[in-house]
Amino acid sequence: MSESAQAADPVAYIQHHLTNWSTSQPKSIADFNVLHLDVIIFSALLGGLLIFIAKKIGENLSLDNPSKLQSVAEMVVEFVNDQIKNVFPHPDKLIGPLALTVFVWVLAMNAMDLLPVDLLPSLWTGILGLFGADPSHVYLKVVPTTNLDTTLGLALCVFVLILAYNFKSKGPMGYLKMFLFHPFGKFFIPVNIVMTTIEELAKPLSLGLRLFGNLFAGELVFLLIALLTLGAGFSFGLFIWFPMQVLLDLAWLLFHLLVITLQAFIFMVLTIVYLGMADATADDH
Amino acid sequence: MNITLTLIAQVLAFSIMIWLVNKYMWGPINEVLDKRRQKVAEGLAAAEKGQQEQEAARQKMADELKQAKVEAAEIISQAQKRAGEIVDEAKNAAVEEANRVKAAAQAELEQEVSRAREGLRQQVSSLALAGAEKILGKEINAKAHAKALDELTAQI
Repeated sequence: MSESAQAADPVAYIQHHLTNWSTSQPKSIADFNVLHLDVIIFSALLGGLLIFIAKKIGENLSLDNPSKLQSVAEMVVEFVNDQIKNVFPHPDKLIGPLALTVFVWVLAMNAMDLLPVDLLPSLWTGILGLFGADPSHVYLKVVPTTNLDTTLGLALCVFVLILAYNFKSKGPMGYLKMFLFHPFGKFFIPVNIVMTTIEELAKPLSLGLRLFGNLFAGELVFLLIALLTLGAGFSFGLFIWFPMQVLLDLAWLLFHLLVITLQAFIFMVLTIVYLGMADATADDH
Repeated sequence: MNITLTLIAQVLAFSIMIWLVNKYMWGPINEVLDKRRQKVAEGLAAAEKGQQEQEAARQKMADELKQAKVEAAEIISQAQKRAGEIVDEAKNAAVEEANRVKAAAQAELEQEVSRAREGLRQQVSSLALAGAEKILGKEINAKAHAKALDELTAQI
């Protein structure tokens, strides 16, 4: 009874779908006692899948007669290589694997958005229901990148790397000088400090929030489309709403294919650009 | 939309992913790409070298052909010269032989003629004697007229 009552209520439906499977529900904006299990499990599963595929490809790498999968992998690596070559003055050993990881992992996590919104949550609810769990308290969010922790976690890593590259290329004094004399010269030191700090902080924030916003919005639109026939019984209206839902779903899916690829690509390129800027010495400026 | 401990977990997961991707994806694939690039470069270099060798061989062949032609022409001209010499020699020998045969024939002929003439002359004298005897109706003493007869014979 409670399931159908909850399913018919649009607000409850959406809220249910936007709640993570967690150790406990967070009580404040930053609650470090909470672990979102679904985010960790799905991102780890996707990462494992990618590494599994990579290992499969790696088992029979061929110089003259590459398999189709190997060709795809080579294409992706070449693609990332090109991006790095374009903006990185002195590529090191970290930037390549970092950029490739960002691209394939974020793309894989984004791609979870293409699964029907109710598929995995319903399955999960059904499975737990067998063990007597209350369906209204079984939560599952399958897209790790619709979670701030994931996107800001990646962005935080990039931020730390930006600091490290700056220290490595410019030295502590050089980095300090950048804060003091950039962008307005030596007569505006207080303004420069504020401006540069904002600039540096904006990099990881925009990086993380952009990915989160795009994917969260995409997920939400899928949920809204799902609302069209939510809890509907067999009636005349269904003949109008159901085809409409299919069409809208298809249209948004096609558009979203572009969005998830683009967002993964943007995250990668900005990572490379930010680190390239940090790696550039004063002479390169 | 909260920040939770998951953030730390994802940072760790990301670090591990970078390590794994480097080990199983970035490293091996780049190795293959580099190896292939090297192989292609080697292949192109080999092709270039082969082309150069072919060009050299062609050049050498052309040179040798040219020399062979020159030698052949020389041999032919020598042979023609020699043939001309042989022909000339043969011609000269033939002419000489012919002249010799001709001279011998002529000498024989002349001998024959003079002999015949001598015979005739003698016959003429006896004929003249016989004719004169007939005309005179008596025997001519050959001895008596020997002088006249000899003169006559000499005139014929």
